[in-house]
Amino acid sequence: MSALRELYQEVILDHNKSPRNFRRMEHPDRKVDGYNPLCGDHYTIFLKMDGDVIADISFEGAGCAISKASASVMSSMVKGKTKKEAEDLFQRFHDLVTGEADPTQDTGKFGRLAAFSGVSEFPARVKCASLAWHTLRAALETNEHRVSTE
Amino acid sequence: MTTTRDTLLQVEAEKSFDVERIRAEFPILNQKVNGKPLVYLDNAATSQKPQVVIDAISRYYLEENSNIHRGVHFLSDKATQSFEAARRKIQRFINAASQKEIIYVRGTTEAINLVAQTYGRRNFRQGDEILISAMEHHSNIVPWQMLAEEKGLVLRVIPMNDRGELFLDKYESMFNERTRFVSVVHVSNALGTINPVRLMISIAHSHGVPVLIDGAQAVSHGRIDVRDLDCDFYAFSGHKMYGPTGVGILYGKEHLLEAMPPYQGGGDMIRTVTYQKTTYNDLPYKFEAGTPNIAGGVGLGATIDFLNRIDFDAAIQHEREVFEYASAVLPEIKGLRVIGTAKEKASVHSFTLEGIHPHDIGTILDDEGIAIRTGHHCAQPVMQCFNIPATARASFALYNTKEEVETLVKGIYRVMEVFE
Repeated sequence: MSALRELYQEVILDHNKSPRNFRRMEHPDRKVDGYNPLCGDHYTIFLKMDGDVIADISFEGAGCAISKASASVMSSMVKGKTKKEAEDLFQRFHDLVTGEADPTQDTGKFGRLAAFSGVSEFPARVKCASLAWHTLRAALETNEHRVSTE
Repeated sequence: MTTTRDTLLQVEAEKSFDVERIRAEFPILNQKVNGKPLVYLDNAATSQKPQVVIDAISRYYLEENSNIHRGVHFLSDKATQSFEAARRKIQRFINAASQKEIIYVRGTTEAINLVAQTYGRRNFRQGDEILISAMEHHSNIVPWQMLAEEKGLVLRVIPMNDRGELFLDKYESMFNERTRFVSVVHVSNALGTINPVRLMISIAHSHGVPVLIDGAQAVSHGRIDVRDLDCDFYAFSGHKMYGPTGVGILYGKEHLLEAMPPYQGGGDMIRTVTYQKTTYNDLPYKFEAGTPNIAGGVGLGATIDFLNRIDFDAAIQHEREVFEYASAVLPEIKGLRVIGTAKEKASVHSFTLEGIHPHDIGTILDDEGIAIRTGHHCAQPVMQCFNIPATARASFALYNTKEEVETLVKGIYRVMEVFE
């Protein structure tokens, strides 16, 4: 049960149950849909930008606990951050869920992201955890309106 | 007199189904997953293969491998005989009138595409209508959509009720002078519904419309008699009936197949080729361009030998008892909603748990050694019908047991415990 408990940590269960910034945004500057055709998870991410800074972020949609908690944690972490800072967080998150980084080595570096360290033991769930982050990246960097993890 | 009767009864008793003996023939079942005995309940995706099928494929490559229908040498003759003997076994298994009606394909998907691209392309005109049902797998939607787009056809969908049963009165009222074809699933992979295809075929025939039955989920859960059904085409895959992947069958009535143009061009499907004109081979070879999956065909033949040897009827009966046990105990779990509650069902139990996404259910059950499928099951319109993104699906085969149902139930309680 330990790997499973590592995956479904309290932080994840809490964010799944009460996701933060889980609302539709009126008049967003950017709005991008993210979709995982494999399991049907889909989220829409709304952004309000202040120059290079993410002034506000919200999301709506549906998916598994991992994908929803990831979107929720991400939204609470990137608010007020610059594009570059958000990109750095994405990189750290990516290294964490793909098992390339060890959060026990440098706890300060990961903060709340550390809750997703258990994902690396479940390769089939990496896409769930990454969906919101890929969607955010698309919203920040491209003109695409729909991204997919496939 | 009494003695004879008793002897007969005894023989029957000896032949009765011993699930442990059957399980022993499927080596893959005897393993641990995450430290727990494997409980394989993803049979609707693909079933496991008995040792005799694995051996038949291996023996083919060890002793007979050669190309078929062309060589004069010993091995070519042997390979051809094995491949064609398998075709006859398949013919008898589904009670087709002739081996000319048994076309080897890659699987159900290719069988449906073949009919769409040959029969459909030849016979359908702009404005013609094709009927499919609201519970089709993508493989019985998309080939028709592609053809409809190309030729300006109208694809009409037979609706279903909230139990997952087709409205037969509405089906009957959908026929008009433009209706050209019906293509429906026999057993739904997402809901488990067994459709009354015999009746649906006779309704279609009364309007002069031919019918294709997608039998992918049906062949391993009941006896199929294509002549009794009177279907015009019947499509199924080897791998869902304890046989190998990459081989399947299209059954078609001989006079329809005769009149259809070939599907793919190439070797084996021709009689003569010049740069001016090619004449085509006889049935069934006309539809079998290129070197087929010979080992797959031989393996499928061995699968049918296996099903005949173990007493397929008793196996179906056993599976039905396990399935009905699951039907009884699963709905007792608080918060569990069964998706698809048709009166006539087979093999498949789709369900959701309140507040828990199917993907999470699948991961936690896997930790208990239980393999189920989660997602939309290649039937997104079905999910839309029930207004859900996905389901968890446990699907049963002849080697499953009541004990495994109990393990599943315990696993589901474990899922709820994690999310408490």
